[in-house]
Amino acid sequence: MATLTPILSAHWDEKDSFTLEGYKRHGGYKAAEKALAMDPDAVIQIIKDSGLRGRGGAGFPTGMKWGFIPQGDNKDHYLVVNADESEPGTCKDTPLLMANPHVLIEGCIIACHAIRAKQAFIYIRGEVTHVVRRVNQAITDAYAAGLLGKGVDIVLHIGAGAYICGEETALLDSLEGFRGQPRLRPPFPAIAGLYAKPTVVNNVESIASVPAIIANGAEWYQAMGTEKSKGATLYSLSGHVNNPGQFEAPLGITLREILELAGGVRTGHKLKFWTPGGSSTPLFTDAHLDIPLDYEGVSAAGSMLGTKALQIFDETTCVVRAVLRWTEFYKHESCGKCTPCREGTWWLVQILRDLEAGVGTEADLEKLLDLCDNIMGRSFCALGDGATSPITSSIKYFRDEYIAHLTQGGCPFDPVQSTLFVGASK
Amino acid sequence: MSSVDPTLSQEVMSSIVARYPRKRSAIMPLLHYVQSVAGYVTNSGIENIAEILEIANAEVSAVATFYTQYKFNPIGEYHVGVCTNTLCAVMGGDAIFSALKEHLGIENEGVTADGKVSLEHIECNAACDYAPVVMANWEFYDNQTVESAKTLVDGARAGNPPAPTRGPNHLVTYKEASAVLAGLNDGLAGEGVQAGSATLLGLNLARKMEGK
Repeated sequence: MATLTPILSAHWDEKDSFTLEGYKRHGGYKAAEKALAMDPDAVIQIIKDSGLRGRGGAGFPTGMKWGFIPQGDNKDHYLVVNADESEPGTCKDTPLLMANPHVLIEGCIIACHAIRAKQAFIYIRGEVTHVVRRVNQAITDAYAAGLLGKGVDIVLHIGAGAYICGEETALLDSLEGFRGQPRLRPPFPAIAGLYAKPTVVNNVESIASVPAIIANGAEWYQAMGTEKSKGATLYSLSGHVNNPGQFEAPLGITLREILELAGGVRTGHKLKFWTPGGSSTPLFTDAHLDIPLDYEGVSAAGSMLGTKALQIFDETTCVVRAVLRWTEFYKHESCGKCTPCREGTWWLVQILRDLEAGVGTEADLEKLLDLCDNIMGRSFCALGDGATSPITSSIKYFRDEYIAHLTQGGCPFDPVQSTLFVGASK
Repeated sequence: MSSVDPTLSQEVMSSIVARYPRKRSAIMPLLHYVQSVAGYVTNSGIENIAEILEIANAEVSAVATFYTQYKFNPIGEYHVGVCTNTLCAVMGGDAIFSALKEHLGIENEGVTADGKVSLEHIECNAACDYAPVVMANWEFYDNQTVESAKTLVDGARAGNPPAPTRGPNHLVTYKEASAVLAGLNDGLAGEGVQAGSATLLGLNLARKMEGK
């Protein structure tokens, strides 16, 4: 039987888990003390040795990213934490910050020491008022306790509703006070990031994973997980399951194992399709239940681990409706900087709306794929690429369902059947 | 010619600017601050921000119009967002959104005549394990039904909305929430649960497995 490994989530069930007192009760800020007594390069080496990879979707090795920051360059260095959690299906950083903001602050102190930065920024999306309160209070309390302000300062920056700001260079432009649009790379943020200074941009979960690694050592961390995907991570299960929620497990667990732990797909129903890591990762079906959910395993099966956002849809869900809605999202969130994404997502929506309404033709499916082919790899950032994932993967696995909309002249599904409150008396 | 808006505290705005190494970075919290005073982004607020940051009004507008949380018309005291991204939509968000439109007699981005409630369909709000999700002034209302969402907006119109599922003990107003988003501490961080039940699911299971 698969194991669960609560590390980040270990004390989330304590009422005061988000307070400084609650955090210190379990050794909080001891790892920072340990790290600050070490040579910064030694800290980077531990993170490299641990095998920790970016938990924001791309899976880039965190220690290596830190190692890219030039040293002895007499420039200010910055750490920027990406807490702009907005990828559809992704819901791990938000509960993490609500339950334990101090682990992120401690991670920031350690990371800043490692990359020789005096200043960190935490960029939180603007649609989560209570998370903002918790993080703001935690920063205030950390200053009052002398944990911040003596070498490391943290500024909390709050977004205002733009998915694109989760893209790291768009986030930097937004933080500098501009419209959040991605930048051309190179130069990469490690060379010219925030205010054109060397900058590390890391996801919340990546930085929050650092204190435990420093406290317990690289060997402890890399004993968990698979060959190239070390450690444990938060898997977020949502949708048509009996018990949705957060599961912290070693990388490489399978959806079948998680579903067994969680009490399975909604009773009386069966799995139809799912995303392994948010809507930008190609869909999987019930044929993929035993894929190891690590970076390599998911990639080898034609998708991406992404943010480990496991959105489960059962047989009552119309895949065309699901894909149309995601595509409308990408169109809405396209920043408009590059033509393939700005125009392409607009056309994708037009065609999908026709298909869902049953007024298109089978040739529209080829047109969709052709459009996707012209967006994928040709847009400025990954938003455009992500927009194509649900479309190409759904046509691959569910072409017949698209065609059924055409032959029946509309959607063959009853949307009431897929709601949480079906059967309830309204 | 001075562009100072007398309703805005120049002191608060200076303190926001002082957070950053470069003052232009303060543009987003300043816009949130304007919303906390006026309820939306006013022209005089834009002019005041431009003066402080020493940039053109058009540059402030260009930024403000990029982000969907900045509103350019008066909004409800309680701004209700229904997630209609795929997962929430399928789980009931679509039904909730259309029921609320009918119940309130307003369309997407509409405001009730009494100015109490405004309605918007929103994108994924990072609470999929609590779907379908409704936000009010960007506080979480988890696992909503058509009925519970109606109770929320009815309460809001009557001036006594139910408390958020994961948030403070009472629902703050849109202006008050905007102040929090400007980075101003309202002292309510200690209120509310540390985690909802879905957040704790894996942890509780792990504890059970350990016990065996």
